[in-house]
Amino acid sequence: MKTDWPLWEVFVRARGGLSHRHAGSVHAPDATIALRHARDTYTRRMEGVSLWVVRSSDIAASDPKQAGPMFEPAESKVYRHPTFYDLPDAVKHM
Amino acid sequence: MENALFSYALRLGDDSLVLGQRLSEWCGHAPAVEVDLSLANIGLDLIGQAQLFLGYAGEVEGKGRSDDRLAFHRDVMAWTNCLMVEQPNGDFARTMARQFLFSTWQKALFDGLAASKDARLAEIAAKAVKEVTYHAELAGDWVIRLGDGTEESRRRMIDGLDWHWRFVEELFQADAVVETLVAEGVAVDPAGLRPGFDARVAAVLAEAGLPEMQLPRGVVGGRKGHHSEHLGHILAVMQHIPRTYPDAVW
Repeated sequence: MKTDWPLWEVFVRARGGLSHRHAGSVHAPDATIALRHARDTYTRRMEGVSLWVVRSSDIAASDPKQAGPMFEPAESKVYRHPTFYDLPDAVKHM
Repeated sequence: MENALFSYALRLGDDSLVLGQRLSEWCGHAPAVEVDLSLANIGLDLIGQAQLFLGYAGEVEGKGRSDDRLAFHRDVMAWTNCLMVEQPNGDFARTMARQFLFSTWQKALFDGLAASKDARLAEIAAKAVKEVTYHAELAGDWVIRLGDGTEESRRRMIDGLDWHWRFVEELFQADAVVETLVAEGVAVDPAGLRPGFDARVAAVLAEAGLPEMQLPRGVVGGRKGHHSEHLGHILAVMQHIPRTYPDAVW
C-alpha cells in the first residue's frame, strides 16, 4: 500500500448482546469500507449484529500515568460499591 | 427440452465455482490484509453456492454424479460457466470490475430465482441472494473508490471495466434451455433483468466519475462449452489432485 489507510476501531454487538464491545481494529480508506472490513474480519456475517467503527484518532484515552489519581478513589472505599444487595432473579443484566 | 433443469442448475453452479476459484488465487496477494479477507470471503460464498447448485444438478441428472464429481471430473467443453468469470484476475481494479458486473447481475438473477416454481432452486437462490447482495455492494464501493481515486486507479478501473464489458452481453442471453424453463416458471427471463442491471451500473459509474461504457459486440459461447483459453488453465490447477487420484476420499 502506497498510502497508509487510517486505523479504525471496531465495536461489535453480537446477536442478543446488550452492548457494543471493542473487537479490534481494521485499516480502511473510509468509514464505509471500514464497516465492510470489520464485517468480514470480526463478524463472519452472523445476522443481527451491529457494528460501529470509529477512527482511532478520534478516541481520547485516559493517561496510564494518571491511573493512580484517576482510579484510586474507587478502590479503597467499598461503600462506593453497591455490592451489599441480593439481586432478585427477576432483575436481569446487572 | 430434455434435462433443461440439469443444464440450468449446472450453469449457475459453474459460474459460482469458476469465479470462486479465481478469487482463491488472490489469497495472500491482496493490497491489504483486510481486502484479502474480503476476497476470500466472497470466494467462499461462491464455492458454497456452487456446491448447492452442482449438488442439485447431479440429483436432477440422476446418473450418480455428485457435486465433487461435476467439479473435478469434467473437461473444458463440458463447462457452461459464462466467459466473464473465467477471465484472469489482472490487477485489483480488474478483479473488482468483474466482481461488480457479475455480482450485480447475479443479485438480480437470484432475486428473481427465489420465486422460482422449482422449490430447490428457489431455496438455494434465497440463501445466495443475501451473499451476492453483499458482493455487489462491496465491489460497487471499490469501483467508486478506484474510479474516483488517483489518476492511476481511475485509469486501471477504466481498463478493468473495458476488459469485462464485452462479456456482459452473454449474461443476458437466452437459449432453448432458458426459454423452456422460463415458460415453466422455473428460470428467470434474463431480458427482464437488463434494465435494473443497466441502471445500477450507470449509477455506480456516475458516482465514480467514470464514462459510460460503450457496448462492443458481445463475446459469447460459455453456455455451450465454447470457452476462452483461460478456462483450461483454471481447471488444470483446480482438478489436478482429483484427476491424479480419482479414487481419493477427502
